[in-house]
Amino acid sequence: MSTDNQKLFSGALVSDAIKESFTKLNPKAMIKNPVMFCVEIGTVIMLVVTVLSTFMQNDSLGLAGYNLLITFILFLTVIFANFAEAIAEARGKAQADTLRKTRKDTRAKKLHNVKEAVNDAKYTEVPSSELRKGDLYLCEPGDIIPADGEIIEGLASIDEAAITGESAPVIREAGTDRDSVIGGTKVLSDRIIVKVTADPGSSFLDKMISLVEGANRQKTPNEIALTILLSSFTLIFLIVTVTLQPFADYANTPISIAALISLFVCLIPTTIGGLLSAIGIAGMDRALRANIIAKSGKAVETAGDIDTLLLDKTGTITIGNREATELVPLNGNEEMEFIQLCLISSLSDNTPEGKSIVALARKKLGANLKTDKAHPMLRGAEFIGFSAETRMSGVNLSNGSQIRKGAWDAIKKWGTQSSETDKNFLGERINEIANNGGTPLALAVDHKILGVIRLEDIIKPGISERFTRLRKMGVKTVMVTGDNPLTAKFIAEQAGVDDFIAEARPEDKMQYIKGEQAQGKLVAMMGDGTNDAPGLAQADVGVAMNSGTQAAKEAANMVDLDNDPTKLIEVVEIGKQLLITRGNVTTFSIANDVAKYFAIVPALFVVAIPGMEALNIMKLASPETAILSAVIFNAIIIPFLIPLALRGVKYRPVGAATLLTRNLLLYGLGGIIVPFLGIKAIDQIVNLFI
Amino acid sequence: MNTEILGVVLIFLLTAAIAWPLGKYMVKVFKGEKVWTDFLGPFEKFIFKLSGVDPNREMDWKQNLKALLGINLLFFTVAIILLLVQGSHPFWNPNGFANWDPTLAFNTAVSFTTNTNLQHYSGESGASYFTQLIVFCWLQFVSAATGIASCALLFKGLINKQSSNLGNFYFLFLRSCTRILLPLAIILSLALTFNGTVSNFDGLQKVTTLEGDTQMVAGGPAAPMVSIKQLGTNGGGFFGPNSAHPFENPNYFTNILENMAILLIPMALVFAFGFYIQRKKIAGLFFAVMSLLFISFVSVSVYQEMLGNPTIHQMGIAEGQTNMEGKEVRFGPAASSMWGVSTTSTSNGSVNSMHDSHTAISGGIFLLDMFINAIYGGVGVGFINFFVFVIIAVFIAGQMIGRTPDFLGKKIEAKEIKIAALVAILHPLLILAGTGLTSYLVVHNPDIGWLNNPSFHGFSEMLYENTSAAANNGSGFEGLGDNTPLWNILTGIIMLLGRFLPIIGPLAIVGALAIKKPVPVTAGSLKAESPAFGAVLISVILIIAALAFFPALALGPLAEYFTL
Repeated sequence: MSTDNQKLFSGALVSDAIKESFTKLNPKAMIKNPVMFCVEIGTVIMLVVTVLSTFMQNDSLGLAGYNLLITFILFLTVIFANFAEAIAEARGKAQADTLRKTRKDTRAKKLHNVKEAVNDAKYTEVPSSELRKGDLYLCEPGDIIPADGEIIEGLASIDEAAITGESAPVIREAGTDRDSVIGGTKVLSDRIIVKVTADPGSSFLDKMISLVEGANRQKTPNEIALTILLSSFTLIFLIVTVTLQPFADYANTPISIAALISLFVCLIPTTIGGLLSAIGIAGMDRALRANIIAKSGKAVETAGDIDTLLLDKTGTITIGNREATELVPLNGNEEMEFIQLCLISSLSDNTPEGKSIVALARKKLGANLKTDKAHPMLRGAEFIGFSAETRMSGVNLSNGSQIRKGAWDAIKKWGTQSSETDKNFLGERINEIANNGGTPLALAVDHKILGVIRLEDIIKPGISERFTRLRKMGVKTVMVTGDNPLTAKFIAEQAGVDDFIAEARPEDKMQYIKGEQAQGKLVAMMGDGTNDAPGLAQADVGVAMNSGTQAAKEAANMVDLDNDPTKLIEVVEIGKQLLITRGNVTTFSIANDVAKYFAIVPALFVVAIPGMEALNIMKLASPETAILSAVIFNAIIIPFLIPLALRGVKYRPVGAATLLTRNLLLYGLGGIIVPFLGIKAIDQIVNLFI
Repeated sequence: MNTEILGVVLIFLLTAAIAWPLGKYMVKVFKGEKVWTDFLGPFEKFIFKLSGVDPNREMDWKQNLKALLGINLLFFTVAIILLLVQGSHPFWNPNGFANWDPTLAFNTAVSFTTNTNLQHYSGESGASYFTQLIVFCWLQFVSAATGIASCALLFKGLINKQSSNLGNFYFLFLRSCTRILLPLAIILSLALTFNGTVSNFDGLQKVTTLEGDTQMVAGGPAAPMVSIKQLGTNGGGFFGPNSAHPFENPNYFTNILENMAILLIPMALVFAFGFYIQRKKIAGLFFAVMSLLFISFVSVSVYQEMLGNPTIHQMGIAEGQTNMEGKEVRFGPAASSMWGVSTTSTSNGSVNSMHDSHTAISGGIFLLDMFINAIYGGVGVGFINFFVFVIIAVFIAGQMIGRTPDFLGKKIEAKEIKIAALVAILHPLLILAGTGLTSYLVVHNPDIGWLNNPSFHGFSEMLYENTSAAANNGSGFEGLGDNTPLWNILTGIIMLLGRFLPIIGPLAIVGALAIKKPVPVTAGSLKAESPAFGAVLISVILIIAALAFFPALALGPLAEYFTL
């Protein structure tokens, strides 16, 4: 996102967009934007008036040269608006094209036997565009995956850098929650057989591309409502302009057609009318730049309204896995021996917890001791893996002594040689750890318990600030975890989430979502597994990880290419930003009318009613330049605001009332003041030439 | 001079102080809770039995609307027939007034049914006592009750949680008559009668004046009609000069009472909104927004009138005088301006001075009041009009804080915006099209006859007449010969559209909102009680009302002001 600013108007995009701005003049396309369509009609009328005024002279036709100038500026107004839309589209398309480019000209090894996957099945090479949903294809190391699909046999490491920008390869395996592959990514090792999940043209990426391409773009509900409001403002000012003619006749103040049309075009909300679709497209584009593929514009808009966020604890709130943070021996004076034993018990333990115990022990013991697998005590030792039955792991040393570590109740049972006093003493330590959000383990040697190990969740740095930010936006955060309620509560408090679901099963999530929705709340969740699919479908905004199963991706309305669980927070901000940009530009556009009135109305009447000069508070030079300046301002404000429309107004989570006050001052009051200054300045410049 | 301003402040504060408990009382009446007027229960039951209406039937917005339109059509039909046959029936017609001209009868029947009371006739020289009491006074009650009942339907819709039941129009309508309007009207008319407002059934009386001439003086049962004309924001006076006439408004005290009566129920309904939906802060903000506009308008108008007329000053006579043209000496410029702003804000339309003779800027303020037509507004309908502005303001403000907009937990979507926008367009359309048409006619038939003041002031008169009709106000910039078939039919149609479409639209909106599932309030929700929202609301009101009419105002009052 940081490189955005430089790329806003690159040369190729601009020249494409300029061409497109003229194509868009087609009335059939223009009518979708009622405000700008009215300007186009105004331009055509002015063109006719200009032609007529070269042959005839009267009050309502006016001077040909002046008419031509007004016609030209109105035409520019339409072109500017079209350009705004075109450049937004071009940017979105460019972004999508870089994603799409990867999948061109790929050869697919299509398998003949469609019914089942056989490892040595015959295949023919076909272009990837010929693959249809349900087809099977084979991928071997070095192959580019020709189409989105799910692995039905095999396991492979895949380089997804083309899509996600992440260079570390990922593992995809059949029959797991990580069985889906994306077209354009590259297989690094192993053979997989993949079933195609989408016809060409209807993959997620294709859906996203259609959201940024103007022609087929569906307006979002809020955009439709805003268009209605803008159309009605246009209608009001149409009435104002049309009825002004008889009023002026009555008052004996003839008004030229050029002045009437200028008044009309200045009053109708052309600024927001011209930028509305650009803002919408840019919103989709921002999502795409954040590597989120939204399946509909509505989903992005809804994201701004989210009341409740369900976040998985692991990966979102805490860093991956638990870490050992403390080793507590039974007897304080045997600490070094205890740490040694912890180390030995874990050297062959490849679980993240085991590794973190090794790391901690290493730190405590210092570098002078042997701390790797070549440890003398491990010679000839037998490693005992963790099993759900015993809930312990450990080693049997060659000297016959047995070391075990595991859950407290398992070790307590195994530790038959320990006295009750020792067990009670250690039990208290265990409770203390559990009550403080940690996970306790115990260590015993030869059925004698020697101490306990504290494992803790490490909360991601900066995450609680993000939750504070969300709270200010009015979003409630809910942590979902498989931990017991005690641990969950502790972590929830530490991280600053508002609520948590402990010992969560997929159906608990579903239940929670339904409960929130019954209160009228909008819920967002992220998920990857097949068992998350119902929740993703039920949630108002469901974001599936790209590495997730096909079912999850189908059920969700957005897919995150980065597989980043914190992405939900960004999604909410993108949605809000979209709405705020729309609201602020609307306010700005309407507020501009005040200054335009003060420019044009005195200009219309001042010849017949000299007293009207008092309303000319900007002291514009002449009626002609006043009208001209207003129309010019009205036209050029559109390109001036294109960067704002494309980047979006920055969202600051400061609470609704403060945000409203702030935006009102900036875009409401600013919208009143800026055109006064702008029109005055343009008037000065115009006078240099006249 | 200070006492004059003090009087104005007193009127405002006293009315607001009474409106608060009245609002509370009205909510109890709407909700059918226990109130002291419960002794009227059997009487109401009898009326329902007589008319065969079930007041407990739950109705959605469409059924309620049907009831509303049906009953108003009935009122209109009876009224127009009674006007057409006034001279042919023997009741209460001591002065022997004749049958009405059909277009005038149409205009007047529409006028009173729509709570407008635009009077193209003069009461004392055309309407029998029967017509005044049975037709006009009756319609002044029921048209006001129609407005109040519609407003109560709106309140109900806003607190509904996925239920289409808005209550029962008949129930609300009858109770508004019997328990709100009637008690207040009785109290007010007694107070007025004791202070000299006439109340008799005598015909024209022959009086010998100080100069020794004889004069025929009209009397009649004025007090009851005056009280309901003010309370129900009707404005139709018993006599032609309305409350400038000493028999309607004899002294400064009755002036205070009547001015308070103009503002009372419209203000009380804003508070009632807060009590009904139990969000007093929002009602407070709405009241503050309306009052800010109201007080600014009163200030400008009072200032302008006290400054006097520059043309007269230039002639060197009456140096330092306030503008007293067309005003009653017993009221003075401040009370006249206060009344003028009150009566145009609330779509009342009664006058205690001639609006035509106010300074150009004051005239512009009166017009602006009617363009907005929601500063307290007409009984019931004023709040309904305000609600349309609220919907548009919520829609804009909601986006500015990054949420799809909602008001009181109800999402404002395309459908609601469409209706609100159409209703908002209607008012400028009626006024500007009407004025455009009449301007066109004057330009093409300079000898048309009904326009006595040429130039900008004549334009203001036409603009004022159309605005008054569209806003259901009823006051006039006199000087316009408005009893012609053209004006009777034109303003008749404008009054009908200007009355019923702005009731139908908002009812359709709440009908849609009522069945929506409410969304919860979070830290990210729009605070409808925040001053920032108040600022958006004021901007929306001024933009729609002021911007749409700016060129018209420029050619009328502003042109006049700058040319003086």
